[in-house]
This record gives sequence, structure tokens and C-alpha cells, in this order.
Amino acid sequence: MSIKHGLLALLREEPKYGYQLRGEFEEATGAIWPLNIGQVYTTLTRLERDGLVRAAAEPVADDGRSRYEITDAGRAELAVWFETPVTRESRPRDELAIKLALALAAPGVDVSAVVQRQRAATMQSLQELTRLKRGDREGEISWLLVLESMIFAAEAEIRWLDHCEAMLLRHRGRPAKPPEQYAEPAADPAEANR
Amino acid sequence: MSAILDIRGLTRTHGAGEQAVHALRDVSLAVAPGELVAVMGPSGSGKSTLLTCAGGLDQPTSGEILVDGNDIATLGRSAVAALRRRRIGYVFQDFNLIPALTAAENVALPLELDGTRTRAARKYAEAALQEVGIDELADRFPEDMSGGQRQRVAIARAIVGERRLLLADEPTGALDSETGEAVLRLLRDRCDQHGIAGVLVTHDARHAAWADRVLYLRDGVLVGQAGPLPAADSLLQESR
Repeated sequence: MSIKHGLLALLREEPKYGYQLRGEFEEATGAIWPLNIGQVYTTLTRLERDGLVRAAAEPVADDGRSRYEITDAGRAELAVWFETPVTRESRPRDELAIKLALALAAPGVDVSAVVQRQRAATMQSLQELTRLKRGDREGEISWLLVLESMIFAAEAEIRWLDHCEAMLLRHRGRPAKPPEQYAEPAADPAEANR
Repeated sequence: MSAILDIRGLTRTHGAGEQAVHALRDVSLAVAPGELVAVMGPSGSGKSTLLTCAGGLDQPTSGEILVDGNDIATLGRSAVAALRRRRIGYVFQDFNLIPALTAAENVALPLELDGTRTRAARKYAEAALQEVGIDELADRFPEDMSGGQRQRVAIARAIVGERRLLLADEPTGALDSETGEAVLRLLRDRCDQHGIAGVLVTHDARHAAWADRVLYLRDGVLVGQAGPLPAADSLLQESR
């Protein structure tokens, strides 16, 4: 998650204090990603070092801190951020996918039960997210967007688990064999020359 | 509070001997007033059979199905029909509205079949249409309505009068996601505000998540459950 760009976006309209940025960030995202004030100031310091924000001349708060304002370079950086699609990071350590793969490889593990337990747990979080949505009919649109993103992610995981279950049923009884392209090079030369 | 729907050891077998197909095996489920329960499972897992048995449209091979305390497996045919007309509402994926009748006439139909006079039935129908937010469409025919509006008419028909049990089989299957969600919100509100017990069959996790409990059927057997949820305030704490 880019705190850096989030803060730049909040500074687009007018200069703001660090505590103000923290509050507005959480308000927009429904406090799904809480920021501590330390993170805010660390990020602001880095942004200032890179010339993307600067301390505004006036006014200075009681604690001696000043407001931050976005620079032209900061505006350019922000524009690029909004114009560039977010790449879908490959998740090299998706714990759930690894767990299922290893459950299949390990003798004596009931993979269907692993799938079912996970599905029930993910469904429960989906129910909780839905309840948040239900209780918030007139909610901030920005917060609802964030909530929907989490709902879609949970839904996708459940559909994937349904799919896994159907695949497991179809493959039941077949010997476990990795797909050709991922197979370890065969040690036996006769195998390798096949 | 005692359950409105109480299913005990329900088994439904089609055919006999070697050819016997076990649609449901020893399924038990109780749904309390105000509770919405979702049933999920792959095609052929027995979801719809469970719903048709619960609604008295199909007879169990063994087990008990109590609706408001009446065992529909032992009631006579006409008593089951009366129970269906008075206490049980159905919502289907394809709405099942009668094209030649207006919205209000469709909603009033089960009451009229049960002997309510036309004028009184019309009043109940208008009230039900108002509850689902489309009272202004009372005199419209189904073909002049959108899918979402038709499903609202179907829900109004399912809740008209004094129904206690609402059975919905893929009610959002023919609707886009926004309209589907509005339908779920409506079903949820019916349960919350009017103490109706609801059973929702769906293959859609997003819609099942509106329920208090989500049950999984596989090959006619209940294999798991998600929920019930913890209290609302503890949940807010966790999400932060």
C-alpha cells in the first residue's frame, strides 16, 4: 500500500498538518489500514527529502510543527500514480495455496476438510464485511469502495476453494504427478532421454 | 424462541434398490424467527430438494419437518396445502409470476385461493407491495416491469398476509449484482423486522454472506457451517 501517494493525494487541495493527514486517510479508507502518526511523519520526511512536499511557511502549530504543502514535483508524481494501473503482484508466498498443495502431497491429510474449514472461515469474514456494509447504508462512498474490494477478494477466495474442491473430486484416485513443465529433471538418464 | 422451521433427520431418496439416489441424508436444521439461513453446495448436492421438502412441495422418505409446530410429513394433503398458502412464501429464480395478472393480482392470488375476499386481498397485496417499495406498480403487468421489479413482486407475494417462513431458491440468479443485492437487503430486512424465518439457497457466496448462518451441502449431507456471528461491536473492534 502506498502511504506516500495517499498523503500526496490528501495534500492536493491545500497544506495540512500531519495529524490532519492521518485522520483524513483513515476517514477515506474506513480505518481499514490504520496509520500511526510516526508512519505519517516518517513518510512526510522522506517526501520532503525527495522534493515532493515542503513545509508551508505559515501557520505553525503550538508544538512547533508546520503544515506541509505539495510541490510541483509532488503533483507530477501524484498524476503518474493515478494514471498508472496497479500491477497485480504475484504472491510468491500465498500461504493458503501452499497449504493446499502441501496437504495434497502429505499422506494422511484430509484435503477436503482443509478446504471446507477454510471456506467456512472465509465465509465468516465475508459475513462480517457484509454486516458492516448493511449497517452503513448512507456511508461514505470511499469507505464503501474499500469495503467492496475486501468483499470481492473474500468472494474470489471462496470461489477458488469451490473450484479446488471440484478438482479434487475429479482427480480423486489418480496418482499424484506434477504437471510436465514443473517436473523435476529426471535423475534416470533413460527417463530423461524419453 | 422456538424454531419456525425445524427439520429433523430428513432423508429423501429417489428410486429404490441399486438405482436409489440419496438426494438428502439425515439432514437436521432449525431456523428461528428472524433468522436467515443460507444453504450452499455444488449442483446436485440437494439444496433445492431441501427447500422443496421444507415447503411441503416434496415428501421426505423419512424424518420430520415441522413448520410452526406442524409436521408436514404427517399432515394430510389439503392441510399441507393450507399451511403452504398461509404460512410459507416462496421466491424462485424465474419469479413465477402469472403474466395475465397485474402485480397486485399476483400478490393477492394466494390469499384469494385461501378464501379471502377480493377487496381484502387487494388491501393486503397493496400493503405487501408497499413494503417491498413498489406500491406504485400495483396495476402493472409483469412484462412491463424490470427483472428487479418482478422479483420484488414475487417477494411481496411470498410475504403477503401472515407468512412466517420464506423460502428462496436462487432469488438473485436472474438479476445483476446491484439489483440482486437490493433483493438480499429486502429479504434480510423481512427477517430482522418481522420475525420471519428465511432459508436462502444460493451458489453465490456474496449473497449467502447476508445470512446469519451458511450451511454447506455435499452429496445430500451437511458438511459444514459458517456463523453464527459474534456480537456486532466485538466485530468492529476486530476489523480495526
